[in-house]
Amino acid sequence: MHRIVEIEDRVLETPSTVTWRFPYSVPCAPGQFVMVWIPGDDEIPMSLSYTDEPSKGVTIKAMGSASRHAQSISTGSSIGIRGPYGNRFDLAPRRILAVGGGSGTAVLAPAAELAVRSGARVTCALGATTETELLFATRLAASGARVEVATDDGSAGTRGFVTVVADRLLREQPFDAVWTCGPEVMMRKVAESARSHGTVGYGSVERHMKCAIGMCDACALGPYHVCVDGPVFRTEILLSLEEFGRTKRDPSGRRVPL
Amino acid sequence: MSDLSVELAGIRLRNPLILASGIWGESGQSLVGAWDAGAAGVITKSIGSRPRPGYPNPTVEELGSWGMLNAMGLPNPGIREYSREIAFAREHGALVIGSIFGGTAEEFARLAREMAATGVRALELNLSCPHAEGFGTEIGSDPRDVDEVVRAVVREVKIPVIAKITPNAADPAALAAAAENAGARAISAINTVRALSIDPTLMRPVLAHGIGGLSGPAIKSVGLAAVWQIRQRVRVPIVGVGGISSGADVLEYVLAGACAVEIGTAVAHEGVRVFGRLAQELDQLLSKKGVSSLRELVGGAHRGFEIPAADFP
Repeated sequence: MHRIVEIEDRVLETPSTVTWRFPYSVPCAPGQFVMVWIPGDDEIPMSLSYTDEPSKGVTIKAMGSASRHAQSISTGSSIGIRGPYGNRFDLAPRRILAVGGGSGTAVLAPAAELAVRSGARVTCALGATTETELLFATRLAASGARVEVATDDGSAGTRGFVTVVADRLLREQPFDAVWTCGPEVMMRKVAESARSHGTVGYGSVERHMKCAIGMCDACALGPYHVCVDGPVFRTEILLSLEEFGRTKRDPSGRRVPL
Repeated sequence: MSDLSVELAGIRLRNPLILASGIWGESGQSLVGAWDAGAAGVITKSIGSRPRPGYPNPTVEELGSWGMLNAMGLPNPGIREYSREIAFAREHGALVIGSIFGGTAEEFARLAREMAATGVRALELNLSCPHAEGFGTEIGSDPRDVDEVVRAVVREVKIPVIAKITPNAADPAALAAAAENAGARAISAINTVRALSIDPTLMRPVLAHGIGGLSGPAIKSVGLAAVWQIRQRVRVPIVGVGGISSGADVLEYVLAGACAVEIGTAVAHEGVRVFGRLAQELDQLLSKKGVSSLRELVGGAHRGFEIPAADFP
């Protein structure tokens, strides 16, 4: 059942990314997602970028038609929310490395904030194409996490891939867990780094979704369903899946390259 | 332990529980997941001639514990692409039944040939999807159309053909009788019940397609009535579908005349563990009654309700 909520705040985080805050009193945990219904357009799965009471939030990148349309929706607009669905990040580890690529950082931010608040030491490695596209770097630094940055063009932090920064951090100091979300090619690299340093990894995965309740099979990933078995998976599991980082299914169920 | 095995159109099933079409049926690995969890057979997503993305979201509306509304719009990758998912499921030992949908008897016949070639053990004809223009209920509501489609398919294939009947017609039993007469070896009933949900705040339908199909506990009584009436009209075995979420529900369908059942909406949230749970509950029910084989109970509730022979058309 959808709950219709009004967008109470709209924040342009980067030139291509917007956050909506809305009142939603159902308890949500970092890592979980909701189905966001934009009336007249589409309904899309979005990991929560704010999970605190009472105002939740999602952060949307302009990609598909719905998320492009989503960008033009203003404060006061009504949207439908159902969920939350799926699992959450394990907040027990005390030394955490969170590796985010592009809008993938959106799901890591509330998890990192909560972990820091509970006394964990969190290091964030954030990647973006360019400085203005960096997501939540200020928010995460303000929360008390250590933040390292990589951009493709070198406009901020290290020039190049965030995977290189993540690998260096793993070499320099011990971590109990690595969290990652971003393009799957990036996540695969991070997963391999975690494996080679003997650190347990967790990755949040995105697939085309329809029902979100484990029925329709649209988000099938190997023997799993991203909506109920994920979206957070052990990276060891992800690395064992032939599709991870290579293919996804389109709305008809055809396997297509990522 | 009671004997839960049944026979459906010459196919031995280890228990009466079959994965319904449209549930967990997009990938071969998911079909195997349902099989490994205890389903005695798995029915594919309804497959058409060409890739079809289905309707935009929202495609599903959860109505609460009593029901669910959906209008997926028959998404499928097309028979050619899908055959490798079937191959995967068969390699892993699953008993696969292929569901197909077409817009004409000719299209059904062509698809039936291609589906049979994948090695599925039986075909289920989707004559009953309530929300796809030109397909499903639109060509499955008139006994003459059902006759034409079933006849065309039966001519093309050697494997058993199961006709899935709509509840959205005046006389589902007449549709079942037409299918039997045309050569169907079994009837499955029912598909979802045509339904609508409107959001009162936004003042518009929730599903992107508007009209959808209702499933879940809310439709169990509707399915039971259809199976009951079909049992009074046909001799071929019946597969009961609609709102089954407990062993007792399975038993009700069996007593109404079904020899096997399909499980769909109950897979939501609970996953395919539901198959193990239902088999266990059914076994306990039979043991308590002292019934050694489920087969003894098929149609058992009709005692005293038999239609006099003269009433048959």
